[in-house]
Amino acid sequence: MSYIAAVLLVIGALFSALAALGILRFPDVYTRLHAAAKAGPLGAGLILLAVAFASNDWAIAIRAVVGLVFLIVTAPVSAHLLARAALKIGSPLASSTSIDEYENNR
Amino acid sequence: MSSAQALDIATTIGFALLGAAMLMAVIRIIRGPTLADRILGLDALSVLGVGIIGVFAVRTGLYLYVDVAVSLALVAFLSTAAFARYLLSRGHQ
Repeated sequence: MSYIAAVLLVIGALFSALAALGILRFPDVYTRLHAAAKAGPLGAGLILLAVAFASNDWAIAIRAVVGLVFLIVTAPVSAHLLARAALKIGSPLASSTSIDEYENNR
Repeated sequence: MSSAQALDIATTIGFALLGAAMLMAVIRIIRGPTLADRILGLDALSVLGVGIIGVFAVRTGLYLYVDVAVSLALVAFLSTAAFARYLLSRGHQ
């Protein structure tokens, strides 16, 4: 069990680091949300799963899995709220954007 | 390699990666350029905090920290929702 936990922990930390790299490197707020809302909760969720495997205790494992489910459920909601707010106040798109379907009704 | 040793190495790698990730999120918060970027950085920072607390729980064996991680995830979601509402109500910057 501990070996599974160790592997999950490293993979989760790797996903978190890649999400932060996306937040740092992507050109505008919408693409940054794309990195932060998917890879970030996946990384933290994998780490919580690693905690569940490492604990060897059902009570703690269930709590960690509940935390994982909560992260997976809330991340898209908050990302959607933030993207909608950014679009409404007219956050600029990257200059490399090719299709903007909201061009005429902001 | 014993299982405790494997967990020790994994948590060290995890701390290093998550620390670098938090640094990158902080750079994004400082650089902006818009308020939405800063809110996004804060949200990412809280999610990374959940990860760091999880790694800390494995490292020390104090699994009560899982509860702290779950409640931090709750607060992170609520704060992002509140910030997004604020951004909407504030209008154009």
